Amino acid sequence: MAFNYDKYLRVNKMPTLWCWGCGDGVILKATIRAIEKCGWDMDKVCIVSGIGCSGRFSSYIDCNTVHTTHGRTVAYATGIKLANPDVNVIVVAGDGDGLAIGGNHTIHGCRRNIDLNFILINNFIYGLTNSQTSPTTPRGMWTVSQKNGNIDPTFNACNLAIGAGASFVARESVIDPKKLEKVLIKGFQHKGFSFFDIMSNCHINLGRKNKMANAMENLEWIDGITVASRKWEALPEDEKFNKFPTGVLRDVEQEEYCEMYAKIQDAAQGKRAKLTQDDFEKKI
Amino acid sequence: MAFDKLELRDIEVWDGNLAVAQAMRQVQIDVVAAYPITPSTPIVEGYAKFLADGYIEGEFVMVESEHAAMSGCIGASAAGGRVATATSSQGFALMVETLYQASGMRLPIVLNVVNRALAAPLNVNGDHSDMYLGRDSGWIQFDAYNAQEAYDLNFIAFKVAEDHSVRLPAMVHQDGFLTSHTAQGVKTITDDAAYNFVGEFKPMNDMLDLDHPVTHGVQAEEDWHFEHKARQHRDLMLNVVPRIHEAFDAFEKLTGRKYNMVEQYNMDDAEVAVVCMGSSVETACEVAQELRDQGMKVGVVGIRVIRPFPFKEVIDALKDLKAIGALDRSSPNGAPGMLFNEIAGALFNTDTKAALSGYVYGLGGRDLTKEHLRDLFKELKVNADAGKVTTQLQQFIGVRGPKLAFL
Repeated sequence: MAFNYDKYLRVNKMPTLWCWGCGDGVILKATIRAIEKCGWDMDKVCIVSGIGCSGRFSSYIDCNTVHTTHGRTVAYATGIKLANPDVNVIVVAGDGDGLAIGGNHTIHGCRRNIDLNFILINNFIYGLTNSQTSPTTPRGMWTVSQKNGNIDPTFNACNLAIGAGASFVARESVIDPKKLEKVLIKGFQHKGFSFFDIMSNCHINLGRKNKMANAMENLEWIDGITVASRKWEALPEDEKFNKFPTGVLRDVEQEEYCEMYAKIQDAAQGKRAKLTQDDFEKKI
Repeated sequence: MAFDKLELRDIEVWDGNLAVAQAMRQVQIDVVAAYPITPSTPIVEGYAKFLADGYIEGEFVMVESEHAAMSGCIGASAAGGRVATATSSQGFALMVETLYQASGMRLPIVLNVVNRALAAPLNVNGDHSDMYLGRDSGWIQFDAYNAQEAYDLNFIAFKVAEDHSVRLPAMVHQDGFLTSHTAQGVKTITDDAAYNFVGEFKPMNDMLDLDHPVTHGVQAEEDWHFEHKARQHRDLMLNVVPRIHEAFDAFEKLTGRKYNMVEQYNMDDAEVAVVCMGSSVETACEVAQELRDQGMKVGVVGIRVIRPFPFKEVIDALKDLKAIGALDRSSPNGAPGMLFNEIAGALFNTDTKAALSGYVYGLGGRDLTKEHLRDLFKELKVNADAGKVTTQLQQFIGVRGPKLAFL
């Protein structure tokens, strides 16, 4: 039987505001399937979204949702998770939201390794405001803010998350929804900060002037820049240039922030022995 | 100059955003640091396009937030460049910290604010909540009611802000979508005339004058902070107003278009009037004319310069009226509206017997219809005849549910 998305959606909000062929719908559905596979009670799920096309996730998924200000998703979500550690929090943000205006919160969320699931929908452009350069816009591409070609170097979002200390980091694209679903399940079940760099198409606002004005062309381009991580590692250095490894790039056990917070709170209230240096897993 | 000029037709069909982008091209902004936000994005996008096409000699940088945008503008202005940018709503709110930096450092930046509601709930349409947020920030604030005025007021803003007796940043406001995205015929000024009107940028205390090193924005505690702020206030009160009058006069000489600190329509023998801002002024003018034709003595007052607040001009415009309605397009959240308060403050020590009432309207882009205004004028007429406010002092118009009235 076909998967019944309706019970997870606010169907009265359909159709979505997204353009025809947008990858956001693929990610929305994969997220819903992953939630279902994880067996989460929707009353214990919270979706936190920011500003941009990805911001609509909090309107469409039928659970506790917060539509926040631009770039502050992780800050809001940190508060939500600390106050309700038993809630499964999914943050959805775009590349502008999560890496530009909100880059600061993203790195500190990773650093704390708080148990959030951060879905970065990376479409390489500011889509909602019509084609301005984002932190992941490839160099040389046309944007309305750089009509002669983008000169800004681009972020490798996964390297950023790994460097900042996220304990689960993965990259997938909307090309293979099944794979995407699997990686989401893995990350959702991981305890700690799970960072997903999900490459998605915006043929309307990235593609229209960059020779990929329909969804398929844009997806083929994404296909061309992504390589399964095992294959990527085997590539000679000069061929790794401008290509991104996909799959789970980091998956380690690391002290989670809410648990650590509970411990230190219990110690302060005399409910357990004072923490010793050994209790702080990471030393400097 | 190493850029091409554009030959404009006498009248071009522009919306408010494009009109501003053209003005920014014509005065040759050196640096624009910007971040996109609806509905102001096309302004900086327009600048970027003119730059890419070789019509401007300048720099455009897309930064990572509005906070960074204004910070970049402050840096460029302190370095001695002519600087401008644009924003709206949440972006403007995020800029607030840096607005005070810009005015405190006395940097003549021009910021185009395309007015939009503030979240939550999230809303991209026009109201004046963001405009009101900037009113204590030490910036000069001009308000345009249509695309033509958004174009014109940019030249005036640069001329006033950059005057060495002023040296304060200025905002030009226009209504989100209603003005910013509505195309109309705009009477143009030639590139040369526009540039000459504003003049060449003359920096003052600029950081790139390496023979005279300066410091901007350093710490001044209880020993000197007050003096800096007091001087800034003094200059807004005493220096800015005459410079605005001079700029309005010079602009009239150049174009024939006359601007005033407070705009008056059908006010000569008016008994009642509404005071409002933004695109609502034009709607109110139409309704006032219709009611005039029916024999009612009604007029409209539009606030053109919000800061420094035209205290004297407001008194002159309103003191002989019998009833006044102050229309605020922002929820005051627990107080009378801003315009109501400012007008009440201006009139309090005068002999006026005018009955003043306040109205809150149009939040989040809700239309202010001619029907609303007809009812409002009629209500004001009742107040005028009774010699007092016959309703509660504050009323919400155009909102669903039971009538909301307070005070």
